[in-house]
Amino acid sequence: MDWIAHQLKLIGRIFVYLLPAVPETLKITIVAFTLALVLGVLIGIARTGSVRTARAAATVYVDVLRGIPLLVQIFFLYFGIGRLLNLSRFPSGVLAIGIGYSAYIGETVRAGIQAVPRGQWEAARSLGLSTPQCLRHVILPQAMRIVIPPVLNDFVACLKDSSLVSIIGLRELTRAGREYYSSTFSDFQTWTVVAILYLAMTLILTRVSGALERRLRQGEG
Amino acid sequence: MVRVEHVTKRFGKVVAVGDVSFIVPRGTTTVLIGPSGSGKSTVLRLVNALERLDAGRIVIDDVPLDPAARNVHFVRAETGMVFQHFHLFPHMTVLANVTLGPRVVRKRPRAPVEEEARALLARVGLADKADRYPRQLSGGEQQRVAIARALAMRPKVMLFDEPTSALDPEMIREVLDAMLDLARGGMTMIVASHEMGFAREVAHEVFFLDRGEVVESGPPADLFDRPRQQRTRDFLSKIL
Repeated sequence: MDWIAHQLKLIGRIFVYLLPAVPETLKITIVAFTLALVLGVLIGIARTGSVRTARAAATVYVDVLRGIPLLVQIFFLYFGIGRLLNLSRFPSGVLAIGIGYSAYIGETVRAGIQAVPRGQWEAARSLGLSTPQCLRHVILPQAMRIVIPPVLNDFVACLKDSSLVSIIGLRELTRAGREYYSSTFSDFQTWTVVAILYLAMTLILTRVSGALERRLRQGEG
Repeated sequence: MVRVEHVTKRFGKVVAVGDVSFIVPRGTTTVLIGPSGSGKSTVLRLVNALERLDAGRIVIDDVPLDPAARNVHFVRAETGMVFQHFHLFPHMTVLANVTLGPRVVRKRPRAPVEEEARALLARVGLADKADRYPRQLSGGEQQRVAIARALAMRPKVMLFDEPTSALDPEMIREVLDAMLDLARGGMTMIVASHEMGFAREVAHEVFFLDRGEVVESGPPADLFDRPRQQRTRDFLSKIL
């Protein structure tokens, strides 16, 4: 009985210690993913567009970024480019994750744009819309609905991958866990709490995104 | 007036349209008939600048069409196109479908554009459907919205690419009625369609196309009742 009470007290203490790191994890995820969305939409448009140089550049961008581990990209950005430009940890880490994820989102957006029937382009063009106007008013709004489920999936993955920036010393949830564990050596308990906190965040996210998806599906037919 | 002069369009080695010429005087209706692959759709798409010409010239109200021009989308705004499969924008209400062109391309303010759009919807018998979404409408209603959408740009010429072929039989009439109303109202129209009744009623001239060329043309009464060419007779015997 004593042992269980002791464990629970310890876990409670770890919980109190780690909870303040959760907002940092969320902040990294949200900033990085917003960047990934903006870049990804541009990449997706370039990949499906008729400008050959833009299409080639976007293809190389996607191929290179998808072919290098995110962890290596983080090292490269922080120790390589970051040193050169004098970037601190947070911008380095967020940039690395944002750019890394933009390749995946770019591919998702490309697939979404290509899933909009060709007739939609023709109808919009025949009204006199220019290519950017077609994209803005007709193609992207439809493509976005198609890509929302896979993009939400990427968002959950991005939240989990935000733990990678602990390696360059950004004090988010995983880093805080390491700190606690290395000062107390309560390894099992610490990582249990870290795991539960990530799980709680991702579960909330997937529930919210599930509801969002259902609402969107109701809006069309 | 639409002048199509020696127009040729190839897809790879296939000649979709080969040296086709015709004139559609202002306020008249021309009907194109012919088997699938005969080039009727391609002619319409060329007039709408959705495809580039390989040779020849298309002139709309004395302005030559140049699909290679940077501002080709402004040229397209002068011609209204109605597609076989409607292609309404599914994420927009009927009213938004009809007002998109005038608002985005012509940059006109919302209020007068919406008023005009409602009048156009009333003209095609859909005054009460302005706030619906396309999926809530029948095929015939969707096609009439597509007609209103094209009209909203105040086009110089209306192009119809088999507007009733994707419709259930009981909905064909309502779409043809909307087109008849337009033709009688003095709209210049080019229609790819096998609706003989429609052609007889409003077409000034009917063109029979086969394998990318004009086989025969004339007023509907002549072409349908006294075809001169064997190919025309063969085709008419199949669709009548």
